[in-house]
Amino acid sequence: MAARDIIGFCILIALVLVMPHAVGNDYYIGVLIFAAFNCLACIGLSLLMGYAGQISLGHGAFIAIGAYASGLLTTELGWSPWTAMAAGAFAAMGIAFIVGIPALRLKGHYLAMATLGFASIIHIVAVAATDITGGPAGVLNIPRLSLFGYRLDSDTRYYYFAWTAVVIGLYLAFNLIHSRVGRGLRAIHGSEDAAGAAGINTAAYKVQVFVVSAAYASVSGSLYAYYVNYIDPGPFDVMHSVLLVTMVAVGGLHHVWGAVVGAVLLSLLPEVLSFTAGYLQVIGIQYRPDYDILVYGGILLVIMLFLPEGLFAGMIAGGKSVWNLVKRVIRGKQVVRE
Amino acid sequence: MSGNNSILQLDGLRKVFGGVVALDGLCLSVGENTITSVIGPNGAGKTTVFNLITGYLAPSSGAMIYKNTRLQGTKPHKIALLGIGRTFQNVRTFPDMTVLENVMVGRHARSRAGVTVSALLPAFLRPEEKRIQAEAGSWLDFVGLADAADMPAGSLPLGKQRMLEVARALAIEPDLLLLDEPASGLNSRETIAMGDLIHRIRENRITVMLVEHDMELVMEVSDRVAVMNFGRLVAEGTPREVQEDPEVIAAYLGE
Amino acid sequence: MEIGLTTDMLQFLFMGIQRGAIYAMVAMGFNMIYNATGIINFAQGEFVVLGGLMMVSMTMALNLSLVFAFMVSVAFVTVVGILMERLTINPVRRPTVLRLIIITIAVSILLKGAAMCFWGKGSHYMRHFTDAPPLEIMGAYILPQTLWIIGMLALVVIGYVAFFNYTMTGKCMRACAINRDAARLAGINDRRMVMLSFALSAAIGAIAGIIITPIIQMDYARGALLGLKGFGAAVVGGLGNSMGAVVAGLLLGIIEAGSGGYISSHYMDAIALVIMLGVLFVRPGGLFGSSEMVRLKEF
Ligand SMILES: Nc1ncnc2c1ncn2[C@@H]1O[C@H](COP(=O)(O)OP(=O)(O)OP(=O)(O)O)[C@@H](O)[C@H]1O
Ligand SMILES: [Mg+2]
Repeated sequence: MAARDIIGFCILIALVLVMPHAVGNDYYIGVLIFAAFNCLACIGLSLLMGYAGQISLGHGAFIAIGAYASGLLTTELGWSPWTAMAAGAFAAMGIAFIVGIPALRLKGHYLAMATLGFASIIHIVAVAATDITGGPAGVLNIPRLSLFGYRLDSDTRYYYFAWTAVVIGLYLAFNLIHSRVGRGLRAIHGSEDAAGAAGINTAAYKVQVFVVSAAYASVSGSLYAYYVNYIDPGPFDVMHSVLLVTMVAVGGLHHVWGAVVGAVLLSLLPEVLSFTAGYLQVIGIQYRPDYDILVYGGILLVIMLFLPEGLFAGMIAGGKSVWNLVKRVIRGKQVVRE
Repeated sequence: MSGNNSILQLDGLRKVFGGVVALDGLCLSVGENTITSVIGPNGAGKTTVFNLITGYLAPSSGAMIYKNTRLQGTKPHKIALLGIGRTFQNVRTFPDMTVLENVMVGRHARSRAGVTVSALLPAFLRPEEKRIQAEAGSWLDFVGLADAADMPAGSLPLGKQRMLEVARALAIEPDLLLLDEPASGLNSRETIAMGDLIHRIRENRITVMLVEHDMELVMEVSDRVAVMNFGRLVAEGTPREVQEDPEVIAAYLGE
Repeated sequence: MEIGLTTDMLQFLFMGIQRGAIYAMVAMGFNMIYNATGIINFAQGEFVVLGGLMMVSMTMALNLSLVFAFMVSVAFVTVVGILMERLTINPVRRPTVLRLIIITIAVSILLKGAAMCFWGKGSHYMRHFTDAPPLEIMGAYILPQTLWIIGMLALVVIGYVAFFNYTMTGKCMRACAINRDAARLAGINDRRMVMLSFALSAAIGAIAGIIITPIIQMDYARGALLGLKGFGAAVVGGLGNSMGAVVAGLLLGIIEAGSGGYISSHYMDAIALVIMLGVLFVRPGGLFGSSEMVRLKEF
């Protein structure tokens, strides 16, 4: 792990610790918990898209698989939530493996559409297979998680737990990136032919990272199910898969931190908008929550057109230029003094 | 010094793209620990030969035998593991990775850490990672790029990118190295350095197969020269023999 | 009935053709842009939705005549397509596939959002083009609107063939599709061809939306699934091959309707997608292209 990343970790952990006191309201803590779920899924997706260069518009399906496995195995079969979560992750990985082998032979637009089709099929099945998934009515009474005898039954507890999961997920992702495997993935992104000539089994690597990213998504789905205690197919439609990709893209594809930044910012966006709506009303603009989707699409479009490296890269560049400015000002003063 | 045992044998190699016959029954033998150049006009099928040997394309018919192993139907990464390294006519470095990382990728074939271990243990707890870095560094030294180790590969000038590609190919510890026009786009000083590098590679007991349009370089470094035209071998011999061959002169000056 | 064609089957056939005609037109829209740019336009389904909703407003709210409303709706969506190309595709200097995909996704989100804000979340009723009762053919019924749909598809196909084979602009577009650099050297303005492809693609999408709306009652959120199934038809027919897309679209529609009738209506929507995945995985060049040509392409 590079020094930069360690600084990043420290900032993240500090923020995670400070936020509950800063917002001090259960509703916003809930929002931050959802942000953690998105973060986790986006970290996995970033490994796939940013590092290996393979797009997936189907990760909502793996979130659904994790959520449904957790929901069904605990309520129907009485499994412990932890076992159910592990089972969900393995199921998601197995399905990712089976789908990934033929799908990842495709590239670019073809891969995007194939994964989108896959997600759509999973969603249709979740709605239609009423005797297994409960259909549109969903699964009720999913138990809460317990950790070391503590029931994670308050929002604050679950908040710390979910963000700990994010930190662990990040730690694993960074290790992976700075390893032989991570280099292999980046090499595939750079040039598949050259990667093959260096002895990298490109097909197998792509499937492996797809499987890993599916595991991230699945765990995120399980954590979601244990938090809301109720799931239905609604949140797992193709739009959710698309949203995950947009989070990673808005934050920046070239770095896992980008996925974190993108996931958090876009998860908070609706709250920010409803917050500003009050002020807009003062100046006579009626803002309706319906407009959120327009703002969302607009942000995505503007960033892709003008800041294709993403917000994280933009923040770094901005930070650097501010720092240079500060340095110049200081140095300028010295010159004057001399 | 050129041994008589061949390391690679191409037998009746044929490759058809749609209607285009790129290789038309090519037979060629590459002697162990030699520098064998393959020359021929544009479109003669030289790159196609490399792509067949390294598994990027499947031959329409014919056989390729490397140290008693048949290469047909073997995937590129397996061929790299067998000990055949290559560079590409259009440089293919990994532009967003550093120069050192590019060569570390080459060590992939000779290291083993998988996903689980890599994810669980940070790099400083994995001795293999240290080793990969050291070995990659020494190959960078070998080609003379040690100074640039931490630069992004994409920012290097073309000449250095070609050197880097050679270093990466050497890092897999090949017994046979295929170089596809390593001097194209290089200035004369860089070309001399490349020639020198090719000599030093052979001193490391690595067989080199070279495709190159720069005749001075070819004649200077090669033990054997094979001349192709229209997917066939037109002549084969020492540089001097080939230079005097009337068929070669015809192929180059055109009909 | 001795020939084995039961009334049921005939009924499903009619239904399938009606659905399939829409998929075929959506697929043609995909192909048009794909051929000109290599881009899969994720906003293709939104063109269909916009066409349908615009037609609803023109006929039901403004009470315009069918023909006039049709022309206004198509023109409106065509302008949207042109704006999309000018504002979001044309300015991109260093396009990567991922960036282009996300840009068209962003446009689709914007169009969908705009449709929701303007037309609301409900579905919209629109009267059929003709008021006649369904026709009975061998015990099965066919809606006059279905005949309209079939007729429109035929018109679009004829127009398509005529445009690409007999007009100079069409021929230039084909040249661009085959080899952009060569076409540019021959003096063809390839950037304008890209814009034109978006315009035509949007127009075809709008037509599809307009003619299907009386049957499905359009709402703002239908774009994704319509787009995806249309893409399925494009893939099955071989991406870029519009006549293949027409056949594949009809085929998908018929299979879908049949499986909805005979297997399960709940899973009906998944059938076309499963077929699409099957073709993508096994024969990504489509069912109709020669395998020789297909092998030379990258997927
Ligand atoms: N992937 C491919 N698809 C179709 N045709 C190909 C392909 N690769 C090569 N060819 C054709 O095969 C013939 C031989 O090409 P090849 O690249 O092997 O030539 P070359 O000898 O390397 O030429 P150059 O000196 O220009 O590099 C050419 O006619 C070329 O157009
Ligand atoms: Mg060549």
